[in-house]
Amino acid sequence: MRLQTSFRTAFRALLRNKLRSLLTALGIIIGVAAVIAMVGIGNGAKKQVEDQVASMGDNALMVFSGSSSRGGMSGGFGSAGTLTLEDAFAIKREIPGVQGVTPEVEGSARISSGNQNWFTRLNGVDADYFSIRMWSFTHGGPFEERDVKAYAKVAVIGKTTALEMFGSEEEALGKIVRVRNVPFTIIGVLAPKGASFFGRDQDDTLVVPYTSAMKRVLGVKTIPRITVSVERGKSVAMVVEQVSNLLSQRHRLPGDREPDFSIRTQEELANMATATSKTMTTLLGFVASISLIVGGIGIMNIMLVSVTERTREIGIRLAIGARGSDILVQFLIEAVTLSLLGGMIGIGLAFLAATLIMRFSPMPVYITAGPVLYSFAFSAAVGILFGFYPARKAASLDPIEALRYE
Amino acid sequence: MAPIIELEDLHKTYESGEEPVHAVRGVSLTISRGEFVAVMGTSGSGKSTLMNILGCLDRPTSGGYRLDGIQVSTLPRDQLSDLRNRKIGFVFQNFNLLSRTSAVENVELPMLYRRTPLSAAEQRRKALQSLEMVGIGKRAGHTPNQLSGGQQQRVAIARSLINDPVLLLADEPTGNLDSRTSIEILGIFQRLNDEGITILMVTHEPEVANHAKRIIVMRDGRIRTDNLVANRLNAAAELGRLPAEGGA
Ligand SMILES: Nc1ncnc2c1ncn2[C@@H]1O[C@H](COP(=O)(O)OP(=O)(O)OP(=O)(O)O)[C@@H](O)[C@H]1O
Ligand SMILES: [Mg+2]
Repeated sequence: MRLQTSFRTAFRALLRNKLRSLLTALGIIIGVAAVIAMVGIGNGAKKQVEDQVASMGDNALMVFSGSSSRGGMSGGFGSAGTLTLEDAFAIKREIPGVQGVTPEVEGSARISSGNQNWFTRLNGVDADYFSIRMWSFTHGGPFEERDVKAYAKVAVIGKTTALEMFGSEEEALGKIVRVRNVPFTIIGVLAPKGASFFGRDQDDTLVVPYTSAMKRVLGVKTIPRITVSVERGKSVAMVVEQVSNLLSQRHRLPGDREPDFSIRTQEELANMATATSKTMTTLLGFVASISLIVGGIGIMNIMLVSVTERTREIGIRLAIGARGSDILVQFLIEAVTLSLLGGMIGIGLAFLAATLIMRFSPMPVYITAGPVLYSFAFSAAVGILFGFYPARKAASLDPIEALRYE
Repeated sequence: MAPIIELEDLHKTYESGEEPVHAVRGVSLTISRGEFVAVMGTSGSGKSTLMNILGCLDRPTSGGYRLDGIQVSTLPRDQLSDLRNRKIGFVFQNFNLLSRTSAVENVELPMLYRRTPLSAAEQRRKALQSLEMVGIGKRAGHTPNQLSGGQQQRVAIARSLINDPVLLLADEPTGNLDSRTSIEILGIFQRLNDEGITILMVTHEPEVANHAKRIIVMRDGRIRTDNLVANRLNAAAELGRLPAEGGA
């Protein structure tokens, strides 16, 4: 039989049971939509990280106090308190090729202004911080070296915090916020940066000179983190090496002992984040693939029912000269048509879901051709795979028995 | 002329039940081109079994069967399909049309399985022509459940003729029809036979059998008698004598 005729016959047979066909295809529809949407979300996260690396500069590196082998990113780094301000000054002073250095202290703090209260992240940094992080201002500007030296009670506020406390960014400028009863004057509002690699809202912050933060608010002597930027054209790896040597020397570590600090470049951090999202993507894609297989089983089930229902039709076709292979192809095409239609609807659904997700949540979704083609091919393969057994069953029917079937 | 059908000591034994059923036990038969044979016999005498073998739907347990000069008893499944498609037309007691499929598409069906396909337009043209020939051209777009039994059987005949078969096999074609409609169908058969198609028809009614040229009676899987029809009935003449009804 001509392939064109086969497809028309298949379409007709499917249209005869519209609801049943739709319900059967539902497994494939959901499976395909899930695969594409999940991979799209994973890709979106990855792209976001890449954009952040681009916006933050690949020339930055971070020194954390505490060894890298104790605990992971969230708990271990920066918790042991082995870095001092002197270490930061030494890096700036002694290592060539370093552009900017800032010690960083942080803590969560309740801030208030009038009767407004808000829990935010307090960051104590040096004046270099803003250029290292390529962070610009929508209103006002950064504090300067002399503010740091003077333990000045000035602050720069993130967009989220400004909106929460004052309702708008303009309003925040010049206002006074009290952090644990210490009043800080807001002199700048930071441009929004969005979520960090690890999902934290970077715009929910209050940035003050590290001197003021350490002495007036947090009351600490050590610093958890030092951020260093490397001059353009200079090797980041070289600076990492030199910083490592310098700190080992300063902390008087014998060569065989594990260092009490760890260094991560911006690139490494990004890779860690992408690796996490990659694992997630694979996992989600895998789960979604299972639903495709379940969809395939649904198709097989319905095709088996269909073969039984249409035994007489098969008998008639065989009697007037259809070969077993004609019947096989007919039912196979029906199964494949079903799964491909499901695949196409699923692709449409995935794009719809992506649009809705992007409209109603901050999550970026990035659908690429790869998973679309992959899941389309996969649903065709599912149709062939799970349609084959019922089709073969139909093809091997005995014509006389099939004709007699009631 | 070379015979259309040559059977040589044909046997068919069904092994499916508790003990084997010898449905056909030693049939030798020659049917020449242009014959119109009625097969009669008691229920269970093996008529349908024989027809199924003649129609290449089933294979004999032993014995030889030459169809139009081709030894078919040993052919593989696919080649039997092709023979059914090109050389044989079937007409069944219960019509066996595809439901929810229009008459013209039912008639087109055998053409879809030709090894050398025709164009869609050509298929449609031939199907309509065939329907016209059995006097039901106006009902081409109707589905079987919109047609009477006689009309359905006409569609089935149109379908059986579409690939210009050499042999028409009809197993109780008038079994579900009233006498007038039966005569109309027999009239079509007689006309086709006059045009040169060989027809083999199973029936229980002597009245119907007398429209054929030759009657074979079977019993217990064997041929009992095999005679030419002495006073052959002519369906066209009978219809002329019957009072006119609404028409087809
Ligand atoms: N598939 C089968 N399996 C087992 N036995 C069968 C099968 N088909 C037919 N038979 C047996 O073969 C014998 C001949 O059956 P067949 O259908 O050829 O009779 P028939 O002459 O056509 O009868 P009827 O006039 O009632 O149609 C019967 O005894 C029947 O029970
Ligand atoms: Mg019978």
